[in-house]
Amino acid sequence: MSAVAEHTVAEPRLRSGAAFDIARFAVYAILIVMAAVFLMPLVSMAFTSLKSMDEIRGGNLLAPPMAVTLDAWYSAWGSACISVDCSGLKGYFYNSIKLVVPAVLISVMLGALNGYVLTKWRFRGDDLLFGAMMFGCFIPFQIVLIPMAFTLGKIGLAGSTAGLVLVHVVYGVCFTTLFFRNFYVAVPDELVKAARMDGAGFWQIFFRVLLPVSWPIVVVAVIWQFTGIWNDFLFGASFAGGQSQPITVALNNLVNTSTGVKLYNVDMAAAMITAAPTILIYLFLGRFFLRGLMAGAVKG
Amino acid sequence: MASTENPAGRRSLLPKFVLAPSVLMVLVGVYGFMLFSVILSFTSSKMFPRFAFSGLDQYERLFSNPRWSVAVQNIFIFASLYIVLATALGLLLAILIDQKIRAESVFRTVFLYPMALSFIVTGVIWQWLLNPGLGIERVMQSWGWESFSFKWLVEPDMAIYTVVIAGVWQVTGFVMAMFLAGLRGINGEILSAARMDGAPTRKIYTRIIIPALRPVFLTAFVIESHLAIKSYDLVVALTKGGPGYATELPSTFMYTTTFTRNEMGLGAASAVVMLIALAIIIVPYLYSELRNERRG
Repeated sequence: MSAVAEHTVAEPRLRSGAAFDIARFAVYAILIVMAAVFLMPLVSMAFTSLKSMDEIRGGNLLAPPMAVTLDAWYSAWGSACISVDCSGLKGYFYNSIKLVVPAVLISVMLGALNGYVLTKWRFRGDDLLFGAMMFGCFIPFQIVLIPMAFTLGKIGLAGSTAGLVLVHVVYGVCFTTLFFRNFYVAVPDELVKAARMDGAGFWQIFFRVLLPVSWPIVVVAVIWQFTGIWNDFLFGASFAGGQSQPITVALNNLVNTSTGVKLYNVDMAAAMITAAPTILIYLFLGRFFLRGLMAGAVKG
Repeated sequence: MASTENPAGRRSLLPKFVLAPSVLMVLVGVYGFMLFSVILSFTSSKMFPRFAFSGLDQYERLFSNPRWSVAVQNIFIFASLYIVLATALGLLLAILIDQKIRAESVFRTVFLYPMALSFIVTGVIWQWLLNPGLGIERVMQSWGWESFSFKWLVEPDMAIYTVVIAGVWQVTGFVMAMFLAGLRGINGEILSAARMDGAPTRKIYTRIIIPALRPVFLTAFVIESHLAIKSYDLVVALTKGGPGYATELPSTFMYTTTFTRNEMGLGAASAVVMLIALAIIIVPYLYSELRNERRG
């Protein structure tokens, strides 16, 4: 946890005298062109979702809609066909919320407690344990798909939201532990010692000393888990039943459900509905996320 | 890194009790399940696990399977281009953004937002943009470039490169953010000293700044290769592994083999190979990270 500041000193405003203006122009030119390339897919998606199919067939995917219509949005939300069920994404949107909220809360709480124990109540072998947990962050999930499918079946959680919550907690706790552990390492042990002198116990130290200073890393962990779980497809496709499928699985099915004509405007509206929660979170909280994440991830 | 060694702490069972559920989850969910998959890969399991030991049969079948060869070839093409392009573009954008520019936060936001999207959303968008009939091809033609042709999405030899395009678009902002954090962490005094000595800008970058970013290159490489090997959703949404099985990756191979073709032993063997490939990259990295930390 070094250099948390967003604008640290480093001043590579490396100007080179005479060529300054041209260099400056080049910097902006490249940035603006790149920004246009990066924005193009989003813009095209938004435009397309507001057009009628006639306009799409006749026009250009970067042209703004001439006659704006929300029909595709209504359809994607409430009446588009996903396999045989023609009631749009709305039910799946709620499925994802019912999945994300408990999975994020549980995994972040566990991560905070683990980070606290691993840094302030150290014991023999804790580093090894932490290393073993970190490896869990990086495994290809294909290696656990088959055993997890059987385990969920054995404990009666196959095809349920509760089962999917459990899966996301198991593989999310590695990351949240990593975040909190790296954050708490930088909290001076003296604070903990002083609290202990005053007779504070395990829980009091956690709630009164550590938790109040933890909000930067709580934001990181919550955003990380929220986007990761909301955007997950592999676990959702593998373990959710028809009624508990998350929105990413539904989006993929919607796009692949062909009822004759391909409705690109509905596909794009559905993609935007799926992307909306994470985009909004990113727009409003992204700054805090990056600040915290970079401080933890890029040391040295 | 100071440790809190106090007698009360060592004796108390409460902290270990608090840690226990997570340790149990990781022990079973990561290591137990890994072992389970390894064992399955040595059996002739089809639709259900059968513990009839079959030696290395599944691995022999795997390595002689044409779909798997295509998947392995594709992961090398995809991962190397993805890593090189995302790193180069990310570094370039970070350096440009670091030139005390106006509206820095707007640029950062624009480059970063794809990171917030699901790979399924990314796949759906790019499938639309790269659509031979209505996509970018049509745009170029309507702008007067009548002969413009861009059909990679439906050409077996080129389809894997569409996955690279979409993947790079999604991850570059994240790599940029890592490099930007690295640039902002470089000691300003060294740079001023170099400038005082009259070193030209280009030299300052090639001799001082880029070498100082070595740890960021390493982190970026590890994260990118991890994402590349795990890539599954993007291919499913963009090409469904097609045309034919031209864009098959190990991850999609594992899934269809296990759950669609009911070849569980073979699927498990492919997952084990993926795990080994990733471990070769991750384990040394984690080991050196944890060691540096202890020394630091």
